[in-house]
Amino acid sequence: MVEHEVIIIGGGPAGLAAAIGAREEGIEDILILERDNNLGGILNQCIHNGFGLHTFKEELTGPEYAKRFVEKVEEMHIPYKLNTMVIDVNKDKVITAVNEEDGVIELKAKAVILAMGCRERPRGAIHIPGSRCAGIYTAGAAQKFVNIDGFMPGRDVVILGSGDIGLIMARRMTLEGGNVKAVIELLPYSGGLKRNVVQCLDDFNIPLKLSHTVVKIHGQDRLTGITIAKVDENRKPVKESEEYIPCDTLLLSVGLIPENELSEKADVELSGVTGGPIVNESLQTNVTGIFACGNVLHVHDLVDYVSEESILAGKNAARYINGKTFDEVFIEVNTCDGVRYCVPKFINPENITKSISVRFRVGDVYKDKYISIYFDGHREIHIKKRILTPGEMETIKLTEAIFKKYPTCKEITIKVEGE
Amino acid sequence: MFDVVIIGAGIVGSSIARELSRYKLKTCVLEKGSDVATGSSKANSGIVHAGFDAKSGTLKAKLNVQGNIMFDQLSKDLDFPFRKNGSLVLCFNKKDIQKLEELKEKGDRNGVSNLSVLTKEQLSALEPNLNENVEAALYAPTGGIVCPYEMTIAFAENACMNGVEFNFNTEVTDIIKKEDSFIIETNNGRYGSKVIINAAGLFADEINNMVSKEKIEIKGRKGEYCLFDKTVGSLARMTLFQLPTSMGKGVLVSPTVDNNLLIGPTALDIPDKSDTTTTREGIEEVIDKARLTLREIPVNKTITSFSGIRAHAVKDDFIIGEASDVKGFINAAGIESPGLTSAPAIAKMIEEIVGRILSPSFNENFNPIRKGIPRFREMNNEERDNLIKENPSYGKVICRCETVTEGEILNAIHRPLGARTLDAVKRRTRAGMGRCQSGFCSTKIVSILARELNLSEIEITKFGGASYLLIGENKELMNP
Repeated sequence: MVEHEVIIIGGGPAGLAAAIGAREEGIEDILILERDNNLGGILNQCIHNGFGLHTFKEELTGPEYAKRFVEKVEEMHIPYKLNTMVIDVNKDKVITAVNEEDGVIELKAKAVILAMGCRERPRGAIHIPGSRCAGIYTAGAAQKFVNIDGFMPGRDVVILGSGDIGLIMARRMTLEGGNVKAVIELLPYSGGLKRNVVQCLDDFNIPLKLSHTVVKIHGQDRLTGITIAKVDENRKPVKESEEYIPCDTLLLSVGLIPENELSEKADVELSGVTGGPIVNESLQTNVTGIFACGNVLHVHDLVDYVSEESILAGKNAARYINGKTFDEVFIEVNTCDGVRYCVPKFINPENITKSISVRFRVGDVYKDKYISIYFDGHREIHIKKRILTPGEMETIKLTEAIFKKYPTCKEITIKVEGE
Repeated sequence: MFDVVIIGAGIVGSSIARELSRYKLKTCVLEKGSDVATGSSKANSGIVHAGFDAKSGTLKAKLNVQGNIMFDQLSKDLDFPFRKNGSLVLCFNKKDIQKLEELKEKGDRNGVSNLSVLTKEQLSALEPNLNENVEAALYAPTGGIVCPYEMTIAFAENACMNGVEFNFNTEVTDIIKKEDSFIIETNNGRYGSKVIINAAGLFADEINNMVSKEKIEIKGRKGEYCLFDKTVGSLARMTLFQLPTSMGKGVLVSPTVDNNLLIGPTALDIPDKSDTTTTREGIEEVIDKARLTLREIPVNKTITSFSGIRAHAVKDDFIIGEASDVKGFINAAGIESPGLTSAPAIAKMIEEIVGRILSPSFNENFNPIRKGIPRFREMNNEERDNLIKENPSYGKVICRCETVTEGEILNAIHRPLGARTLDAVKRRTRAGMGRCQSGFCSTKIVSILARELNLSEIEITKFGGASYLLIGENKELMNP
């Protein structure tokens, strides 16, 4: 069994940044395992721009953003294996992987960084009734066909779900010659970033039908149309509002799920809300020496935040190898009153240098409300927000100074408040 | 001129084809779909019934019990997944326990072995996730589960290896009876045959009624199912039926041979026999009814829902035998549950009839053994490593959810009756059957199919016909 200090599962934006973080902190022996045939992950198919505004203060495409990190990994001579699928990890940090050249390999790591990303929720998971004909794709699969393989999956397109990939694909399909008839969203608000609604739908006159859903899929061989309906306040379709839209393609952008089947094999505890591991301030999971970052931890809106988080995970894995432990729990972070979850779940202030970013999402749209953060019942932070939506992740930096102010704090609570 | 033409490449047609390949017969299977198992055989409960359910004395009862016994050997010879996990018929009301006893008696009469009625206490150890309302159950240790399409593929491949010709995308449009033979008109040319076997499933009535004055009627009865992720597959160990109540026939909850959890089916007579759509009401009904069986139905772990259509004969038994007014025309029609279980016994019965008509000699080259596609996911690491050393394409995982390698997909494409469509690859390898439902691997499999079949990606379909996946290259639509 070959041993390595840090093994990173996944060579997408999270894995690349984690590798860089670990190397910057002095770890020589790092290995990235990537299942696809190149590094960069899903960024390679995200050929639109808008990446890197925070990290590089410029607007890059997905492949350009990935290239910056790939080049750095190459410059740093960090080894990686492509076309290599990890099929098992256990809590002793023994990783089993497989590829064409090496066959089945067993690797032992001192620290493992989980960076496998997420997958799209399929049609079956949301029970759309009707025919199971050709012409129904997740937005990401369609994106791969168009942006990597150069093929159009359809002509007349309806998109269900207004997640960011769905919005981006509405624009892409239009630019490639398709006719995007509508984007249908179950909720009364978009699940994507505001800027994507404006740039991908409004600018192309594509209607966004909020509080609607697809109630039936029609077609024998290939999709011929869908029936949509308005939904009531309980999200149940209203029969009288049914409307038929002829189309040959339905794209689904109905949610992303952190892909943690491997994590579970290593006994990593997952959050029922995010679907990702429960981590502390150092991004360590409940299993000592296993860290998680990026979309496998929780679904991010912006890759910039993935990079930032993942560099930290890499650095902490390095610190762990150099003898530091992250197992002590001091403060539990809880959420309520409209805040669905936050990452991290536990904070040990001793491990914070300067500040820590706490990231969270709300469960509904709130206008002119406050985000409040309580330290053992004392409201320490109270920030006015013009708008809060589930589609936009919130980040609040908690500084070392705040923690010094509450040296005995056991619980931090984050909530939405009216005033 | 063929000796035998079998119409339909579902489980019935394929098992008959395999049985007849034991003889020196020129046999051909005509199938209107693009693959084997594209009708009722691909979407059903996948249950190997013990045989207590059918009315004593019927063909259903007889062939069920005979068929059940054959599965151990067949699954070994033909290498298809089969598990004798046992079954329970659950009773939810103390006063219905008598009905379990009656069911047991019927089973005993039908020749089912080792049936017993278990008490609530005995059940809680066997099936820890049963709903508290379960009072007792009929236990059938000979009940089992099978993958219905893999089973069909296995029979068809073995038949093909042994010389049976399969013609897909070939729909029979008319049959003309000649003196000692038939002319079969199809959309794909004309076939001559001495004997015809009608295994056309839902459309067996149309085929029969083309030649026989003894009209039959097959009705489509739709059943909807929900399939759950492997992480919850162990919620049921055995196949759990519900004792029919005044509320109607229940649904089953069962693990599948691939360790998913399956619930269903509904039962609804439908006018359009090709209507395999799922409905909101159907899915809700299945989930509601399944809640009676298990304490918890993990709705958030659903990966897909689907529906299949039973070929229900109005006569309410299998219709098997030579038509009395058309010599050489043999029906294997109205094969609904327990049709999958009975199929091997139906094939034996047909073999006898064909033997009587044509008196064929044995095919001394008949090889009963068919080796399936290696299942990377089920191997240990040493086996995997050896396989990859032998053929590196087994080291490239294409479907991450089900751990299916490129080697398996290539094998599926290049073996007898090889896969030509995305769904054909899926049914042979499980690529795309997992929790992401082919979101990640479909693009890759389309490229592999195009490369291996020397086609453009644009020509690749989901399941044949006009089920195209791609309509052209980028921007092609802008320059008409």
